[in-house]
Amino acid sequence: MRIKEHPILNFKAKDQVSFSFNGKTLYGVKGDTIASALHANGVKKLSESIHLKRPRGFYCAIGNCASCNMVVDGKPNTRTCITPLEEGMVVENQHGKGRV
Amino acid sequence: MKQREVVIIGAGPGGLCAAQKLLEGGAKVCLIDRNASLGGQLIKQTHKFFGSEKQYASKRGIDIMEILISSLTQYGDQLEIMTETSVVGMYSDKVIACVKKDKFFKIQAQSIILATGASEKSIPFENNDLPGVYAAGAVQTLMNEYGVKPGDNVLMVGSGNIGLIVSYQLMQAGINVKALVEAAPSISGYLVHASKIRRLGVDILTNTSVKRAIGSEQVKQVEIWDLDPTWQGIEGSERILDVDTICISVGLAPLTELLQQLGAEVRYIKELGGNVPVIDKRYETTVKGVYACGDVVGIEEASSAMVEGKITGLNALEDLGYDIRASRLEMKALHEELKFLRDGPHAAKVRAGYLKRGMLT
Repeated sequence: MRIKEHPILNFKAKDQVSFSFNGKTLYGVKGDTIASALHANGVKKLSESIHLKRPRGFYCAIGNCASCNMVVDGKPNTRTCITPLEEGMVVENQHGKGRV
Repeated sequence: MKQREVVIIGAGPGGLCAAQKLLEGGAKVCLIDRNASLGGQLIKQTHKFFGSEKQYASKRGIDIMEILISSLTQYGDQLEIMTETSVVGMYSDKVIACVKKDKFFKIQAQSIILATGASEKSIPFENNDLPGVYAAGAVQTLMNEYGVKPGDNVLMVGSGNIGLIVSYQLMQAGINVKALVEAAPSISGYLVHASKIRRLGVDILTNTSVKRAIGSEQVKQVEIWDLDPTWQGIEGSERILDVDTICISVGLAPLTELLQQLGAEVRYIKELGGNVPVIDKRYETTVKGVYACGDVVGIEEASSAMVEGKITGLNALEDLGYDIRASRLEMKALHEELKFLRDGPHAAKVRAGYLKRGMLT
């Protein structure tokens, strides 16, 4: 799911960053946000609607719409579309409103 | 509480240009952005800009970003940059509440420039919340900033410039654009962009919209249908396309929430994208010493945001007691520049908006 060839941009090979998603180890690259790393791994469902539990992916990618909120290192409502991916992060789907 | 001379919220084209003018004039600037890097939406704009030469026409957005950011590096301590910092509260006495990572802190500013930009709108259809239904600009970010494909087959919704440009950029990334649908009877963006994707074989279907997205966990297909002259779907005209991504490009809404918290007056002006701040010719809001520039003032191009940024930067300087007499001519030229950018048939909406605002520049 990563772009390899591009007429204008040069996507050089970057260092891998490992993280866990729902207990599974996945790899992103340096410079990824959590959401972009998940998407590159084919994970589109990031959150659920609060009442009907409908699956939700990202929508705005500017940290505005809350559609990508997940639990990151135990912290709910993390806006994964603007949060840089870090080595060893523990990322989970959030169920409900989240509790601190 | 931290004390700061000028705080700029939002480091896109408007905020960066405001910072440049303030720094040139000698003010100390605090630049806040919720993203990890500066540049706002320029970071994903791989296309060449139109507009005017003064606003870098024929240069790519990503390159303009580099120029703007590198012009700020010479100022050292005069510029404080706070990235990954979200403003979560604003008060009428110019106190700004921020969160950076897990830390909460407040800043007392003497002057504030709001350059918060805009967010992409959506439209109602069945399953419009399924993963795979993304704002077009968001897909542009995913592709051009992070190098990740949104999917393999895309339906683009909306024929404004963002819809047309992102369709082309999807193809540059090796992604198939199945079609572009437009509810209106004609293409709304520049024909030069539309022609580019037509030449590559993308059907642009006017009087057509999305009826529903199909899929349970994510988009698998989309059903589109024809619209009658009253914009109602025509039964029997439905057809299904195999797509895994639906890009929504139906306009932007100014991000005025912070201005409203602060007590600045806003007004609904449809032509400018929705609620926009009431401003005077100096781009000052109804709260003294608080300015606004860029898409938050009204949806336009990044070129206008850059000019407005410079205007607000100079005006804020004046407020703070700096002598800007030497910049009188520059200020005049900036207003002329805006007038030029708002000329022509494609800026008719913006002009109508400014007419309602009582500010035909």
